[in-house]
Amino acid sequence: MVIKKALVIGGGVAGIQAALDIADAGYEVFLVEKDSSIGGHMIQYSEVFPTLDCPQCIMTPKMVQVGQHPNIRLLAYSEVESVSGEAGNFTVQVRRKASYVNWKKCTGCGLCQTKCPVTAPAEFERWLPFGPRKAIYVPFGQAVPNKPVIDRETCRFFTQGKCKICQRLCPTGAVDYEQKETVTEINVGAIIVATGFELYAKRDIPEFAVDADIVDGIEFERILCPGGPTAGSVMRPSDRKTPREVAFISCVGSRDPEHGFPYCSRVCCMYLAKLAMLYKHAVPDGQAYIFYMDIRSTGKGYEEFVQRAVEEDEVIYLRGRASRVFRDGEKLKVWGADTLTGKRVEVSCDMVVLGMAMIPNPKGVELARKLGLATDDYGFITEAHAKLRPLETSVPGIYVAGTAQGPKDIPDSVAQASGAASKVLALLASGEAVLEKAR
Amino acid sequence: MRTELSIKKLRSDFVKKVEELSGQSLLSCNQCGKCSAGCPMCFAMDLLPNQVIRLAQLGLEEDIAKANTVWVCASCLTCSVRCPRGVDLGRVMEAIRLVTMRKNVDYLDAVKISTATLSSLPQIALVSGFRKHTA
Amino acid sequence: MELHYYPGCTLKTRAKGLEDSAVAAMAALDIQLKEIERWNCCGTVYSLAEDDLAHHLAPVRNLIRAKEQGADRLGTLCSFCYHTLKRANILVRNDSAKRKTLNDFMEEEADYNGEVEVVHLLNVLKDEVGWEAVTQKVRVPLHGLKVAPYYGCTLLRPQEVAIDQVERPTILKELVEAIGGEAVDFPFATECCGSYQVVSNPNFAAQRAWEIISSAMRKGADALVLSCPLCHFNLSERQSELVQRYSDFTGMPIFYFTQLMALAFQLDSAVCHFGLERADPLPLLKSRNLVS
Repeated sequence: MVIKKALVIGGGVAGIQAALDIADAGYEVFLVEKDSSIGGHMIQYSEVFPTLDCPQCIMTPKMVQVGQHPNIRLLAYSEVESVSGEAGNFTVQVRRKASYVNWKKCTGCGLCQTKCPVTAPAEFERWLPFGPRKAIYVPFGQAVPNKPVIDRETCRFFTQGKCKICQRLCPTGAVDYEQKETVTEINVGAIIVATGFELYAKRDIPEFAVDADIVDGIEFERILCPGGPTAGSVMRPSDRKTPREVAFISCVGSRDPEHGFPYCSRVCCMYLAKLAMLYKHAVPDGQAYIFYMDIRSTGKGYEEFVQRAVEEDEVIYLRGRASRVFRDGEKLKVWGADTLTGKRVEVSCDMVVLGMAMIPNPKGVELARKLGLATDDYGFITEAHAKLRPLETSVPGIYVAGTAQGPKDIPDSVAQASGAASKVLALLASGEAVLEKAR
Repeated sequence: MRTELSIKKLRSDFVKKVEELSGQSLLSCNQCGKCSAGCPMCFAMDLLPNQVIRLAQLGLEEDIAKANTVWVCASCLTCSVRCPRGVDLGRVMEAIRLVTMRKNVDYLDAVKISTATLSSLPQIALVSGFRKHTA
Repeated sequence: MELHYYPGCTLKTRAKGLEDSAVAAMAALDIQLKEIERWNCCGTVYSLAEDDLAHHLAPVRNLIRAKEQGADRLGTLCSFCYHTLKRANILVRNDSAKRKTLNDFMEEEADYNGEVEVVHLLNVLKDEVGWEAVTQKVRVPLHGLKVAPYYGCTLLRPQEVAIDQVERPTILKELVEAIGGEAVDFPFATECCGSYQVVSNPNFAAQRAWEIISSAMRKGADALVLSCPLCHFNLSERQSELVQRYSDFTGMPIFYFTQLMALAFQLDSAVCHFGLERADPLPLLKSRNLVS
């Protein structure tokens, strides 16, 4: 007996694609997302390689489709608590977190946020000192669902028993400080895990100083993003000055079996080239330096894209891993080497962007453990067969898509999502589940 | 002028000796350059540390001998602690020095040091200098 | 409390200031440094060759001496000695084949199996004495003295000997602050002074001194504090010449960390032997009324 419903865990680009494919085939699908909006990391970027498309522009139509699709039940601000059963018949407990706003009553008018007296660094902005959010907030303008949540840690009512301005302002009486988190039980025939990635923490690389102007890729995306907290003005966090020289460092934590991870994170070569180009587009008289070991540009149009960075945007590529990054007054010094000319080099720049290793989302790793999925040494979900069954996990009926399986770019994540969806559709359509042991 | 590479050079006694004395697998180095990037004595070296280990990988002993790199190395071990591949380059440098010194070719000639210098240097400097640069 | 202690050669001559101030400062903290008898030179550097056991004899012999004299721990001050003794100790503990060869060779000595722990006095101060106890002994807090902690190499590399985090050490900063001084972080705190290159290539070592001290100067430090007699020599010896050569270089005095402690504890400054090495800190101290 196969329940003809599916569950997709994770609302990034992979989860969104998988949910849409399953829904378009006529099956009901639940999409559970831990944040209050779907969109994942892709919605945070400024422009994506190699097309330099605006990710908000290309994603939001899909996000709206998810929000409005008759076959998709979007459970945002929720997490999977437990799963029992087997392929064809899973019982899933989903914890609906308390947002303290009744989303059924909320119309998304935004009045509640206008007078909230609190500001706090925004998680969506990677806690940069730009674009703070309120205690009651929607993470970004194109959020789906476009409903706010209240952060208990900063809200004046929860911490001091005062204020309640948002409740007074709300025209539909949607603010409910008494709201409790609930658990919903759902039954599905198949599950796709698409819990995505995080970036390895900058502070875990001790030879690079902890400094406001040493940022990672996603922080720099937010600074570059025209719809971002600086409206696309490139300014450095410490003093908001425009950086005239920016150094980008590849392989930070990646390809480093001794101190980090032995694997290559696959996308950094491309996104660092992209970030350098976008920086140059915004600061035409600026200079970008990229410290690299190799250039891995294997996708369609990727090699040409990197060449463009060098020839059109005059990015200087220095072949050698950086040994130290530290502040010296107004400047940041990068000690590197250019092995091609045989020189040890020092670059004094205004900002440094680190290409941090891609690691699986820690919540995803925790979820994999709950689901009994095999993972590798780094927490990426292990495939049933590395070559021939890349979307099946060690548990029949549970599939994987996107960076939860390993570092990859957006096209591959989307392709995997559709692939995983097809596996789900086969299971649901056939009405039969084969419970073979994964090899 | 082309530099000839061959099995004979790749598997030479020199390569074997360097690996044996250092206990390091030279081919673990993928030439990332981080050692050179952090080396405090680079300013005085003919060849960068990563170039020396590259030449050692290729068995090009004469090229290494022409450069002062291993003799200017201060054994500070910055390279060793930061190498992403866990290659202890400090040991490789010591091994290359020893290959020369054990043929009775010292880098430091005691006779050439002036009396004034000898009396001004503290023991810690003299002993370590002789330990590293003579055999 | 008694702590068996290994001085090393240079502490008996050029670096007398390090030894005597250490003995006095530790005594003020109720720790009697008991010099082990019949010690020999540790060899200064730890041999990095796989087949070289001969150069491990010297440090291991010292450890045997310590063991025979009832020490379960051996305290050290000189960074080089600390490094060499510590690494030799780790070798003996981890490599049973080499341990056997060394013990068999030194047939007249008792067998040594790594029984003694090698410690640097900075770790003893932090982990056993505690900074609060150190602060309590302070009579003349070093107010207004901006001191840049300098570690050099041998206290931190490789990881197995590190007295603190390899890349972001703070132990000297903690000490300076515990005795009322202001610690100045600077980017060259863990960068090599040139070490033994001062013998074969003295000008290269002078270049290192210039870079390191210039960096501390730019950060507004009045002086440097360190633990190694070779670092002290390299960083201080050519300062007057560097002052002549570079118009914007003024140099700065250099302290051993125990000299700062002795001053702060208001012990007789004779134990510091200021003036025995170059870059004499006395003029600076007098100008700040930190010494009579």
